[in-house]
Amino acid sequence: LLLLLDFNPFDNLLCILLGISFTVWFTLLLVFIIVPAIFGVSFGIRRLYMKTLLKIFEWATHRIERGAKDNNHLLYKPYSNAIIAKEPTSLEEEINEIRRRGSNRDLDSASEFEMSDIFYFCRRGVESIMDDEVTKRFSAEELESWNLLTRSNYNFQHISLRLTVLWGLGVVIRYGFLLPLRVTLAFTGVGLLVVLTSIIGFLPNGRMKNFFSEQVHLMCYRICVRALTAIITYHDSENKPKNGGICVANHTSPIDVIILASDGCYAMVGQIHGGLMGVIQKSMVKACPHIWFERSEVKDRHLVAKRLSDHVEDTTKLPILIFPEGTCINNTSVMMFKKGSFEIGSTVYPVAIKYDPRFGDAFWNSSQFGMVNYLLRMMSSWAIVCSVWYLPPMTREVSEDAVQFASRVKAAIARQGGLVDLLWDGGLKRGKVKDTFKEEQQKLYSKMLVGTQEDRSRS
Amino acid sequence: MGSRASTLLREEEIEEIKKETGFSHSQITRLYSRFTSLDKGENGTLSREDFQRIPELAINPLGDRIINAFFPEGEDQVNFRGFMRTLAHFRPIEDNEKNKDPTASEPLNSRSNKLLFAFRLYDLDRDDKISRDELLQVLRMMVGVNISDEQLGSIADRTIQEADQNGDNSISFNEFIKVLEKVDVEQKMSIRFLH
Repeated sequence: LLLLLDFNPFDNLLCILLGISFTVWFTLLLVFIIVPAIFGVSFGIRRLYMKTLLKIFEWATHRIERGAKDNNHLLYKPYSNAIIAKEPTSLEEEINEIRRRGSNRDLDSASEFEMSDIFYFCRRGVESIMDDEVTKRFSAEELESWNLLTRSNYNFQHISLRLTVLWGLGVVIRYGFLLPLRVTLAFTGVGLLVVLTSIIGFLPNGRMKNFFSEQVHLMCYRICVRALTAIITYHDSENKPKNGGICVANHTSPIDVIILASDGCYAMVGQIHGGLMGVIQKSMVKACPHIWFERSEVKDRHLVAKRLSDHVEDTTKLPILIFPEGTCINNTSVMMFKKGSFEIGSTVYPVAIKYDPRFGDAFWNSSQFGMVNYLLRMMSSWAIVCSVWYLPPMTREVSEDAVQFASRVKAAIARQGGLVDLLWDGGLKRGKVKDTFKEEQQKLYSKMLVGTQEDRSRS
Repeated sequence: MGSRASTLLREEEIEEIKKETGFSHSQITRLYSRFTSLDKGENGTLSREDFQRIPELAINPLGDRIINAFFPEGEDQVNFRGFMRTLAHFRPIEDNEKNKDPTASEPLNSRSNKLLFAFRLYDLDRDDKISRDELLQVLRMMVGVNISDEQLGSIADRTIQEADQNGDNSISFNEFIKVLEKVDVEQKMSIRFLH
């Protein structure tokens, strides 16, 4: 009996405290995050947060460097910087150079084959073993300075006590405060999107429906942006994509969609999924026309192309958002653009997205993490900081085909974002390279051997 | 991936590799990081498939021969020491090394060892001789389908004729060295490091 009496007032107190803190929490959330999201204004809290974090990271890196120097150790250096210097000479140039200098014969008779020809292939092969341009694009970029996340620290043994305390504090803040806050926001944003777009679906088609649909989409995406604490800087907004056009961007993570869609309205393209994703997709398409494909339809390239071109011809419909790389790349380079979207013949609006990896790496390594795991990692990072550049619109010129047009757009995006422009296919993440590349090299070399024979027979 | 790198490679191992191969401390740690990133199975060794996953190597006409050079006779896995030992052949020759202690064993990146690496690319059955057949096979790898058997055969015959000195219709290592005596092997078979 005594025990019961003891717990009762305590229980009441606990309930009251919980109730009060919940209300305070929710009010703060509403005032500082949700209301600004609805109207698209910002208090600047996130930028202040970003500046503070940067100062802390610099301090942490200094401590590690000092710790390493005290113990007379060398710090682990990030691998993503080039290890070796590669000569940019071509097959022909180099083999000719080796032959010219090293041949035992006189220089008049052009030799067809020398045993030293093998040196070129040999060295190129070992160079690619030491450092190649492709395999490092499919894993997260490594950082020079430490951002207090365990997942990006490679110098564990050099952490002092003070740093460990700071890191511990960071863990508490990130998982105890930021993560629940962000998850709440995410659920709010997604929930509102599903509910409101379904409601708008009941309106008759027309200008009012489009207006409301745009506002609802923007608002929900802005809440999601805050759910990730994404600090985005948009450049050159005068080039924003217009109706009847196709917006193409480099792909690093699923978050790219949220980042672009919170600043403009797009028609999304994609495969219909099951589960929660499917629910969201189905309700979104009630409010405004997005292009969702069944799994079976994705393989049919003509069907895909037809639906896309039908959409762009209707100028009341929103610009289409497409990621031509086809897979997520780690934001240090831009890989081959698939030509499908460039064959349609409408104006292309290129967009470059560059993430700042110091605050949290946004790259989704789909072979390492599933989607839920990935989102949890994103929401427990410090922030997602990125820059978006809207590039001037481009159209296919008469003299170029779809592939050349795609390369031109890719080069423009790579240049603006400060990314390496690669010819390699992002599909190499999972698949093997085509034999045609090897055959090209063999053809080139064969020309060197056989070409001289023809000269000989002529003279 | 990266967090394992500096914790798994012990200082003593780095010192041993340094002595054996001549790479510097920072070069060894960087190459270890490269080794672990290629090691998809995360078991401390590389298999042939791990190498073939590098697209630039897969399109190299002699890619398979180069991969083979990393694996000792009959083995399918190479550990980090073996990896470094093979890569050491491509270290540039530094001037101060030429005056080293003459009783010390020949460094892995000497001119002779570089030539031996190239010789072994031709010598498919590792019998220390390049036969006409082996030369033909390697030539076929380099030219693909673009040259006929007869033409390739005559190229091989001419090459052996010029190199062969003892009349056994195959090229031994010494004959190989003689043919290439004027070639700047040091530069063409060396890879320059940035650190």
